[in-house]
Amino acid sequence: MPAAAQVAVAARTCPSGGVDPALQRRLEAFIHHEARLQDEHDYAAWEELWTDDAIYWVPANADDIDPEREMSIIYDNRSRIGVRVRQLLSGKRFTQEPASRLRHLVTNIEIDTVTPGAGGTVEYAIGCNVLVFESNTRGETLWGARTEYRLRDSGGDLRMVRKKVALVNLDRPLFTLSFLI
Amino acid sequence: MSAAQSTMPPTMPPIMQGGGPALAPQPAIDLDSRLRDDHVHGSLYSDPAVFAAELEKIWYRTWVYVGHESEVPQPDDFVMKSIGPQPVIMTRDRAGKVHLLLNRCPHRGNQVCMTPKGNARTFTCPFHKWTFANDGKLTAFAFPDGYEGQDMGALGLGRVPRVESYRGFVFGSLAAEGPSLAAHLGGAAQTLDRVCDASPEGEVDLTAGFLQHRVKANWKFVLENETDGYHPAFVHASIFNVAESGIGALYGPRSTALTRDFGNGHTELDLRPEFRRLDKPMGWFGTTAERLPDYTARMEAAYGPERARRIMVDGVPHVMIFPNLFIAEIQVFVLQARAVDDTVQHVTALQYKGAPDLNRRLRQQTMGSVGPAGFLLADDSEMYERTHRGVQSLQPEWLFLGRGRHRERLDEDGHMVAHATDEVPSRGIWRHWRSLMEAA
Repeated sequence: MPAAAQVAVAARTCPSGGVDPALQRRLEAFIHHEARLQDEHDYAAWEELWTDDAIYWVPANADDIDPEREMSIIYDNRSRIGVRVRQLLSGKRFTQEPASRLRHLVTNIEIDTVTPGAGGTVEYAIGCNVLVFESNTRGETLWGARTEYRLRDSGGDLRMVRKKVALVNLDRPLFTLSFLI
Repeated sequence: MSAAQSTMPPTMPPIMQGGGPALAPQPAIDLDSRLRDDHVHGSLYSDPAVFAAELEKIWYRTWVYVGHESEVPQPDDFVMKSIGPQPVIMTRDRAGKVHLLLNRCPHRGNQVCMTPKGNARTFTCPFHKWTFANDGKLTAFAFPDGYEGQDMGALGLGRVPRVESYRGFVFGSLAAEGPSLAAHLGGAAQTLDRVCDASPEGEVDLTAGFLQHRVKANWKFVLENETDGYHPAFVHASIFNVAESGIGALYGPRSTALTRDFGNGHTELDLRPEFRRLDKPMGWFGTTAERLPDYTARMEAAYGPERARRIMVDGVPHVMIFPNLFIAEIQVFVLQARAVDDTVQHVTALQYKGAPDLNRRLRQQTMGSVGPAGFLLADDSEMYERTHRGVQSLQPEWLFLGRGRHRERLDEDGHMVAHATDEVPSRGIWRHWRSLMEAA
């Protein structure tokens, strides 16, 4: 068994318990908060949710590609997340002028592991299912995804270390995806 | 044989002789009333009848880029590709020859390949278990006693009758006869040479996987925009500003870069005059030779220091090979026209054999700039969709493509050139489009 797995606490949410209900509610609240910032195009507040070592990843073609070798729809490090946000804030990101009207529905939230991190932090691996309804000048588009979060808790301050959004139709031609998914 | 089949004219392309998708004979499109001087009628982008005629006269006739040999490196490799709306299986047989097969069982029409890529000596139709070699030949029937005396040679998979490759870029023509690929590429072939020159081994690798970006817009808006140097300063101002990129200046009013019409619909934005003015190896890529020491050493070893420096100063071309292969410095796009208002841009990073340090950066830059979430292409695609809706407004009916008419000239090779922001490429594309549409 790899060392990382030994320290990880298996914590998958299940009817027999295993996750403190208060922790589950706290992590769900974070995810709902992030979804609302995305829906309401609160780009600056959304950017604040990321850690300095963050990765924002939307793979293409398959869930399990190697993003260091193969094309992804989004594979942003922290610096590029900043570029993405500043472009959206420029007022000239035409694909979002006017902005898409959006609603994220986030469900089936399960906490997979709780892992001690560096410097007394704790990291949570969380999976959930997401549907996003988008309306823009082209029409209406439904986006479905399996989203995996890695959240870091530094003394009560929760931030996103990693977010992977595996679209259901990641292997098909996709319309422009210029909002924050 | 039905009456309809027996009356098929002998000039039908093989795709129809083979029993493929029978296109209704297209009524002649009146082009005199829709193309004049530097004006194009908006309906040429939005009329479904024009699109149906384009399939017959362009997509199912001329040379269309299908895939790259590096996508099927080993014997028996295959990958799913397309020619317009037609799915095409690109295979490499045991002997190493590349074939382009149509995905339709000659028995009852079922699709025989449902896998995006893989390695297979044969394709077996799951419906009645007919089996085909990867060169398209029928090799076995299930329960063969039902086909006693049947000529198996007449029941292979449909195929693209002409397949040719240039520097690893594989093109197919669904017409049994026509100009050679070399004649089709003409003066634009040298741009593919220049692409390959950026590899120390002289070869590109398209193996990083494709993004598939769909737009609700006609394919010609995409085709024309690829070498439109007038829009970047405006459509892409947001990312040029945010990323503090110098690219915007290449497309400014004082740029020395050129637009070029190679003929046969092939067009280029030639940025070399600007890069030569800058005179910095890898300046075209926003970096320096010092930051790519391995690549620089390999290029110098392969080409000698002088030629390597020239290649690294000049950069990789920005060229649109009609109708569907677009190379944009760091990436390759394949345009797929699926319907009058449905176009897919398949895009991947250019990767060079023998250049791992450069390749990593090419992948990162490509992922940032193109595809459905790309800093550049999402805004281009927004323009395609708005323009497609816009041309359906009733007035003023015409698009005006006359920019730079007064200052266009022939270069030393006899190709029309003008300022980076001029509409020489669009005019060349429409001239070739018309010649194809009017051909018998």
